[in-house]
Amino acid sequence: MIASVILPLIAGLLCFLFNRRTFIIALAATLANFLIASFLLYQFLIFGPMRCYIGGWQPPLGITLRTDGPALLMLLITAVTGFAVTLYARGYFSHRISDPVRVGRHQRQQRYFWPLWMLLLAGLNGLFLSGDIFNLYVTLEIIGISAASLAALSGKPASQRASFRYLLISLLGSLTYLLGVVFLYRSCGVLDLDLLRNFAVNGSGMHAALTLLTIGLLLKTALVPLHFWLPPAHANALAPVSVILSALVVKGSFYLLFRFWFETFASIVTTQALNFLGTLGAIAILWGAIQAIRQQRLKLMVAYSTVSQLGYLFIAFPLSKAAEGAQVWAIVIFMALTHACAKSAMFMAAGNIYLHLGHDRIKDLSGVRASLPITVFAYGIAGVSLMGLPPSGAFIAKWMLLSSSFASSQWWWPLVIVTGSLLAMVYVFRVMSRFFVILETDTLKNPVPLSPLLEWPALILALISLFLGLLAPWPLHILSRGSMTLAQTFPGGLP
Amino acid sequence: MNHGQLLLIAILLSSFIPGIIIFFLPEEKHRLRTLLNLCGSIVKISLILVMNAGIYYGHVFEIRVPLIPGVELLLNGDPLSALFATLSSVLWLLTTIYAVGYLEGSPNRSHFFGYFSLCVTVTIGIALAGNLVTFLLFYEMLTLSTYPLVIHRGTEKSLRAGRNYLIYAFSGGAVFLVAVVWLQTIVGPVDFSAAGFSPSYLDSHGPVLALIFVLLIIGVGVKAALVPLHGWLPQAMVAPAPVSALLHAVAVVKAGAFGIIRIVLDVFGAQNLILLGVLPLLGGIATITILYGSFRALQQDDLKRRLAFSTISQVSYIALGMSMVDQPLAVIGGLVHLVHQGLMKITLFFCAGNLAETLGIHRISEMSGVARRMPLTMAAFSIGALGMIGIPPTVGFVSKWYLGLGGLAGGNWWLLLVLVISSLMNGWYFLPILVRAWFGKQQGPWPEEMYSGRYETKLMLLVPPLVTAFIVLAAGLIANAQISPLAWVRFIVRGYGL
Repeated sequence: MIASVILPLIAGLLCFLFNRRTFIIALAATLANFLIASFLLYQFLIFGPMRCYIGGWQPPLGITLRTDGPALLMLLITAVTGFAVTLYARGYFSHRISDPVRVGRHQRQQRYFWPLWMLLLAGLNGLFLSGDIFNLYVTLEIIGISAASLAALSGKPASQRASFRYLLISLLGSLTYLLGVVFLYRSCGVLDLDLLRNFAVNGSGMHAALTLLTIGLLLKTALVPLHFWLPPAHANALAPVSVILSALVVKGSFYLLFRFWFETFASIVTTQALNFLGTLGAIAILWGAIQAIRQQRLKLMVAYSTVSQLGYLFIAFPLSKAAEGAQVWAIVIFMALTHACAKSAMFMAAGNIYLHLGHDRIKDLSGVRASLPITVFAYGIAGVSLMGLPPSGAFIAKWMLLSSSFASSQWWWPLVIVTGSLLAMVYVFRVMSRFFVILETDTLKNPVPLSPLLEWPALILALISLFLGLLAPWPLHILSRGSMTLAQTFPGGLP
Repeated sequence: MNHGQLLLIAILLSSFIPGIIIFFLPEEKHRLRTLLNLCGSIVKISLILVMNAGIYYGHVFEIRVPLIPGVELLLNGDPLSALFATLSSVLWLLTTIYAVGYLEGSPNRSHFFGYFSLCVTVTIGIALAGNLVTFLLFYEMLTLSTYPLVIHRGTEKSLRAGRNYLIYAFSGGAVFLVAVVWLQTIVGPVDFSAAGFSPSYLDSHGPVLALIFVLLIIGVGVKAALVPLHGWLPQAMVAPAPVSALLHAVAVVKAGAFGIIRIVLDVFGAQNLILLGVLPLLGGIATITILYGSFRALQQDDLKRRLAFSTISQVSYIALGMSMVDQPLAVIGGLVHLVHQGLMKITLFFCAGNLAETLGIHRISEMSGVARRMPLTMAAFSIGALGMIGIPPTVGFVSKWYLGLGGLAGGNWWLLLVLVISSLMNGWYFLPILVRAWFGKQQGPWPEEMYSGRYETKLMLLVPPLVTAFIVLAAGLIANAQISPLAWVRFIVRGYGL
């Protein structure tokens, strides 16, 4: 468990020191990270949830790392996506450096990219495994700072403005979160999540703390109306960075939010609050999708699609009362997993198109299909997953959302869910149809072929997202096992 | 895994694997591509025939894959699936031959045939789907795999048609999804083999179930082109002729009509629907569609558009038959029309494609005297058109005969009236074409003569319509024999105990 946090950190350091072998180090690290995640999952399936006290210090003093179903699934998907991103980034930088113009700049970008990416990976792994709220603050800061630096890498004025704003928002979010942590520590005297659960009784102090934590995390998760920073930051970053930011980073803070609302503080959460978040989610779905439809640039469109897709995660909040424990998690996890894979694939495809054409204006994308068939295929499949068509994981999630809203007679959520998918269809196929235009003359001026490292990771991630629904019993099994064992181990919530 | 399950998987893979291989084949390997396609379709037909025999002797073909509680993928070969699967696979073989001839020398063929194979795989998936979730899965995939075919030409006009097609089809799919989930929260998972849920739900949830029925019909009605959900179909005529054949006779419209049959017979069941009292609604919509489609067909000068409106009208006979689900004869008429309409319409589209490809004829006003130039094509066209009108001994007559008998048995005199009016209108928009083609005088040169060879057109374009026209006649003549579609439909209806 410790290894999965430490390893990327060490790799990051090594990348920084040996900047000639960065790719090999990062590749080895992400591969090892994947193996560790699989091993942890294997252990979990045999022994159930585990915890590990660093240095042998027990809570409330020590640092706790722990595994359970949701944490492991997030860890695993991060590992898979991370591995694909590493390959993709390699292809990306080689392609850029092969371009004789501004070689130095691209080399510099690459030098900083690898250590920062490893640092970010360490932060994410730490976030999924940590068991106390102060540790989580540390991981949030690591993620925030490395993500903002990554976003700034491209060096263009637009991206610097966007990433600076991203940094400020991220810091503001972390500070708000920290304030919430201080509140909790003042009133409860503990930081461990499981211990905190015992203190989670109704009272203004707890509500205030939860509100602060929530606002901090919402800022980082970019839920409407706090989403304004996301599209420019994601769209102006380098392609591999966009992938990381959109697929992984926003999921981290969302994951915490969900943990707080459904585990630690589940007893003090009110229906109104759940409905409020659900409503914001609904607005996000529609607003994000409409904005995505209106964009003229492919990467901005994909970024707004993230805003829209994040809304689906929040719709699960008010519907949670109608579903059972493992199912609520299942909805969110399926949505998050599908989105992580599909959005990575889509940003990779967008990046490839940008590399190929030198721009990403949607109206001038005609004829790309002939030159980049695999990329276009990956884009299409990823789009299908984002629309939540069967057999994607998002379809399973939508199915559960719909069925719990019918079961609890909340007929307005299905309307939003279905409208959102149809709007997604519009923005996905608005671009898709451009690809299919057949040009009379070959107007593409950049004939440099793309390396398979750029195209295949996109296609494979897209295929994973599409067929995730068929693997549904497997994550469900992991989740249900987690909650069952959790209940058995800690009957009263006591560790 | 037993033999039956292996057979189902093999049936699906027999077109899926060639499809995937074709995507990766270089453009110029057209011999290998054609070989793959033909082998795939012949293997598929043989496997489906084996399955049919098995079904006839009572074997069970079933694969269940549970996904989440209440949602499972279920493939199940029953007599009804056999009907649709056989139709689609036979017509696929003919359409493939036709498409190879039609697209000779045009760009992006590996792309085209790849999607073509996927499309058929998905259609067979629809035929074999054993519950609503599986049906929905393949139904949405059908939209996806046909979209690239609709916009194959890559022109602005075809993109517009493709966009409309997507909007219609996915909106229908979304409505269908909502209805399916809603239905399942009330009555639990419904397998088609159960032939309807327990009537006890009707007391507690009657109005909601009626609403769900309407939503489900809307969901599949988009593909079945029920008025007012038909707008995409005439526009989609910009696609190449083999695609039109696919849309109208093999896959898309048929999938919608097949969905209506499934919903009526297997999801709700005859008894429940009669108790709910929603059948007159379906009958009404079907009647309106039949008359409106014929009416619009009359006004078209573009041959393919006329055929498109004719499809809208003809497919609704199936819905009409289903709306009288208490009359076995009407059900027989509706079901058998699924096959008959496919055979007749594909003949007509093949012929229209031949006219366009050989002589550049797109409009009816340009067809004067064309039968002298292309006698075989026009003979096939005439058989198809006479079938549409319902003249014996073609198969069209058989469908209408049974529908009419069913209507009379149920005391629905209006149905007879609908049939008569619509047949008159069919005659009105088809006979002038025949008269013009056979007896008209050629006015000036053909718009764009592209082929001059030994036969009237390329052999690969000529044979498929002749074969289908022959079946249109033959299946009508031997309607009472053991191997006719009608006999199989009777077998299906006996299975429902009607």
